[in-house]
Amino acid sequence: MYKYDDYDRNLVLERVKQFRGQTERFLAGDLSEDEFLALRLQNGLYIQRLAPMFRVAIPYGMLSSVQLRNLADLSRTYDKGYVHFTTRQNVQFNWPELKNIPDMLESLHKVEMHAIQTSGNCIRNTTTDQFAGVFKDEVTDPRPYCEIIRQWSTFHPEFAYLPRKFKIAVNACPTEDRAAMKVHDIGLELVKNEHGETGFRVFVGGGLGRTPLLGSAINEFLPELDLLTYLEAIVRVYNQHGRRDNKFKARIKILVKALTPEVFAQKVEEEWQHIKDSAAKLTVEEINRVKGFFVEPSYEDITSSTEFEEQLASNKAFANWVNRNTNEHKIPGYSIVTLTLKKTGIPPGDVSDDKLELIADLADKYSFGEVRIAHDQNIVLADVKQSDLFAVWRKAQTAGFATPNLNMLTDIICCPGGDFCALANAKSIPIAEQIQRRFDNLDYLYDLGEIELNISGCMNACGHHHVGNIGILGVDKKGQEFYQVSLGGCSGKDASIGKILGPSFAREEMADIVEKIIDVYVENRTAEELFLDTYRRIGMTPFKERVYAKAH
Amino acid sequence: MPKLIKDNQIIDDNWIVVDADFEGALPEQPAIVPLSYWNQNKASLSARSDIGVWLDSHEEPSHIASDLDSIPVVAINFPKFADGRGYSYARLLRERFNYKGEIRAVGDVLQDQLFYMKRCGFNAFAVRADRDIEVALTGLNVFSNSYQAACDRNTPLFRRR
Ligand code: HEM
Ligand code: SF4
Repeated sequence: MYKYDDYDRNLVLERVKQFRGQTERFLAGDLSEDEFLALRLQNGLYIQRLAPMFRVAIPYGMLSSVQLRNLADLSRTYDKGYVHFTTRQNVQFNWPELKNIPDMLESLHKVEMHAIQTSGNCIRNTTTDQFAGVFKDEVTDPRPYCEIIRQWSTFHPEFAYLPRKFKIAVNACPTEDRAAMKVHDIGLELVKNEHGETGFRVFVGGGLGRTPLLGSAINEFLPELDLLTYLEAIVRVYNQHGRRDNKFKARIKILVKALTPEVFAQKVEEEWQHIKDSAAKLTVEEINRVKGFFVEPSYEDITSSTEFEEQLASNKAFANWVNRNTNEHKIPGYSIVTLTLKKTGIPPGDVSDDKLELIADLADKYSFGEVRIAHDQNIVLADVKQSDLFAVWRKAQTAGFATPNLNMLTDIICCPGGDFCALANAKSIPIAEQIQRRFDNLDYLYDLGEIELNISGCMNACGHHHVGNIGILGVDKKGQEFYQVSLGGCSGKDASIGKILGPSFAREEMADIVEKIIDVYVENRTAEELFLDTYRRIGMTPFKERVYAKAH
Repeated sequence: MPKLIKDNQIIDDNWIVVDADFEGALPEQPAIVPLSYWNQNKASLSARSDIGVWLDSHEEPSHIASDLDSIPVVAINFPKFADGRGYSYARLLRERFNYKGEIRAVGDVLQDQLFYMKRCGFNAFAVRADRDIEVALTGLNVFSNSYQAACDRNTPLFRRR
């Protein structure tokens, strides 16, 4: 994991001081609401329906057990004893008091954490694959590049007042995209060229919200040393030409679409020619320095354990969990474990203080003291010895983190919706629960295979509903809550934006509707097909007919 | 007389900023004129040494790139502090067009923006009149170092670490 040096520490500390001053000036009436708004947003602070909401950055999703314990402490001291992990690899506190935020920041600073640029119209937390560094298929570990981008984007003087928020995701895996690269303002795909050199395929102009769009590739191979100058060129073009007259048209995706990706790419290229060989160009030394923080932990040489095989053979529940919630690790004898935060009855992403500490203990004991946060709101222990899986499973089960539903229909991504969010048109947490209750038969779930179901409480798409295989969006009709369903979305390699099924539904109908959709899939699928494949083959009509069929 | 922060100090500001829709003859006083006025009266104005030009937030510096030698002050307007185009303009003036004169931030210019503005090449700040300029001055020095290269220091931290 990256470790701060004196430079990093000092910068974050100076930020804490700066923000303390800004908060005091606001509370004293020396800063207007509007002025403070821009400043607090650049520090992760929203004013919400019930209380402020405070978002802390988890750079590219990596957390140490020390940091986890600190979050637990903060949630006890300043909040209601739980935190919320988000689809942006961040963590949110839902009930802090404004006057305590500077103290929270100070405490975070001690464990090398901060809330810098976790909201506002600036470059946000850069995200990546939660399996980075341990997945066998990846081209190279994306995290050093994420850290390099983090430093470059932190307090970037030119890009603190962009037309809109700006998000970058990095993926290094040629077979899968767990970073949802194509729905980010910039998606970077690590690739090697024919000479074996490392570089990036650069996508721009993806994003969800009111106008969901997939990013377009504007550069097939950007050499790694050119990463920062090229990003600078992109964001500079956007800063100058992005629309500022209309908040809904201000994202870079609208600019790229209006200009066409080709013209946009040309503008970036022109801009870049002026700066590509400046002192801002990355150096091999710097890349290597940062890579030095992400070296492999001291894995043991493991010869296969018969005990593990016996545990698998003798305990079906354990075998299910291993089958579902663990992934193959690049090192033989190790597994990647996902602790699912999707137990029915608990809002997706919520974790209480004592559970955070329990995860920290698990990490210390079984996974080199580190965890990762996934964009689907689960927590990953990346380096667990297979011989420890049984013990980890037992403990995770007691704590409620072992629901073996990873990537299944009930592994729902869900925004906080009307229960917490001032912008919501409808609640979303109760919909998630309703669906989880309906599909509580694990055998049936496994039979259905991987299906992504995502729920957002409004068009802002915090729950990524556009890229759910099944997407559910809360809409408001004359003050009443309704839900619109879309099908066919996907955030992976072959990303696509879902299509709307038709008129929206009342809350109590939602599980029935999902069940009908699933039925159509089951009746039509061929042996190997996942939900998305079947949908892509048979199209919307059969689903539509079933769901809107008149009752006899 | 209005005050200005220039080169880290508070000084009297004897320049007037001429409105966007101004027509007619300029007063005998150092003046910062809008781009359109400059374009229409370039020949007579460039003879004077006390005429600056201000760019509105949608007017890119390339419009005056070839005139920069005869312009002692370029002001960039921030109609709202959240309109960040001016940051890119200032960098382009300094880094692309090698402008050595005064770059002044005018409009909705507030304490909390000054550090970034300075890094982007501004060296003068007409802080919004309802704010205490002495207090605002402290905004120039909130951070002692920076990760990125910019106009105040053209080597990024990774080359100095
Ligand atoms: C409760 C407080 C929250 C508020 C006020 C809020 C606000 C917003 C707003 C205004 C947008 C729209 C941006 C746009 O138009 O592009 C947005 C988008 C988004 N938010 Fe939230 N949000 C909240 C919580 C969350 C949570 C809990 C998550 C994760 C579970 C989240 C993740 C996202 C994501 C991924 C987007 C999508 C944007 C995109 O790619 O276009 N937000 N949020
Ligand atoms: S999608 Fe809407 S309701 Fe849900 S968290 Fe985002 S802004 Fe709030």
